[in-house]
Amino acid sequence: MAGPLEIIHGVLLDERTWLDAQELRSLCRLSPESLTEMVEEGLLRPIGAMPQHWRFPSSDLARLRRAIRLQRDLGVNPAGAALALDLIEEVERLRARLRILEREMLGNS
Amino acid sequence: MQYKDYYKILGIPRDATKEQIKRAYRKLARKYHPDVSKEPDAEARFKEVNEAHEVLHDPEKRAAYDRLGSGWQAGEEFRPPPGAGTRFYHFEGGPDLGGGNFSDFFEALFGGGLRSGAESMRTRAMDQTARVQIGLEDSYTGGSRTLQLDMPELDDQGRLHSRRKTLRVQIPQGVTEGQQIRLAGQGGTGVGGRAGDLYLEIQFTPHRLYRADGRDVHMTLPVSPWEAALGAMVSVPTLGGPVSLKVPAGSQSGRKLRLKGRGLPGSPPGDQYVTLQIVLPPADTEAVQKAFRDLARVAAFDPRRDSETDHGRTS
Repeated sequence: MAGPLEIIHGVLLDERTWLDAQELRSLCRLSPESLTEMVEEGLLRPIGAMPQHWRFPSSDLARLRRAIRLQRDLGVNPAGAALALDLIEEVERLRARLRILEREMLGNS
Repeated sequence: MQYKDYYKILGIPRDATKEQIKRAYRKLARKYHPDVSKEPDAEARFKEVNEAHEVLHDPEKRAAYDRLGSGWQAGEEFRPPPGAGTRFYHFEGGPDLGGGNFSDFFEALFGGGLRSGAESMRTRAMDQTARVQIGLEDSYTGGSRTLQLDMPELDDQGRLHSRRKTLRVQIPQGVTEGQQIRLAGQGGTGVGGRAGDLYLEIQFTPHRLYRADGRDVHMTLPVSPWEAALGAMVSVPTLGGPVSLKVPAGSQSGRKLRLKGRGLPGSPPGDQYVTLQIVLPPADTEAVQKAFRDLARVAAFDPRRDSETDHGRTS
């Protein structure tokens, strides 16, 4: 390989960057109907009342891709994927808290 | 290459029905799906299970696999029969999370198969997700990291390969656990050289001192009994370097102190929480033992006064 590698700058998917419905659908190759269903199931929480005004925090992109994988690989419907995602995120939060509490209980020894 | 026993991977007999295959696959997928599972080898296991299902749920691919015969042992050295891998098979979906590729064995048998009706494979499968481990310090300072990833690639003949790819990626300052970075056009290469996107999911390597919770950083700080009792200025490590912390007089073990803005950077930046842990000096000399006895006499202190019950009373 010749020379040092060029540094690639990506986009951090957090709450500071926003996507509209069209951008989100094209990144996930999702139909308008499927996206609407995901919103109706509470899987995604855009701001804006009408679909043409929807804006999604870019962290929803990671959430949506995960939901699509769960539907494809586990055969769950959008409502099931929404439930699984909520529970997975809750478990992740609890695990993080548990790691901190375990550390506090046991000290640094 | 090594022979793979797809029936064994799914835990089903060779004459399993379609329904049995589906049930076995769903059960294992729930157990090992990288989005759900915390099993240490989840990604590798899911990839295996997915591959077994990809072959066995499709009558055409299953028949081709069955034609190899049942005399093989898993892991046995395998040489594909002439003509294998030249047919075109239909693929419904591809792996995304979990390394994003099939085994050599699979590729030798079915690798030629992405041409007919495999639009979903060409598009969806070429977006890739990979987990990367970075240190908390990497998030604090930002900076670039070099990563090596296996990436699926379709060649001009529509055959699926995987290729090791080296990338140097900018780690955004203040990135937190579980957040993702999207790298446009850095995923797998599809038909016609069209590249998918790469999503990197951030995980922190366990740190000797710190635990992160979002942008907040937690740590436990050992203090001596006299520092806790009398108060003290102590030096505390933070991601940005040591700072002075005032331990208030009369602190007990478990007291939590906050260093505002000393966590991971952002707007607002996270805080560092310091939990005090009182550590006793070893009473292994006469002088220290005497000091403790003196303390016992002058402090007249019973730590169990409030927790005593009739049942537990000993004197």
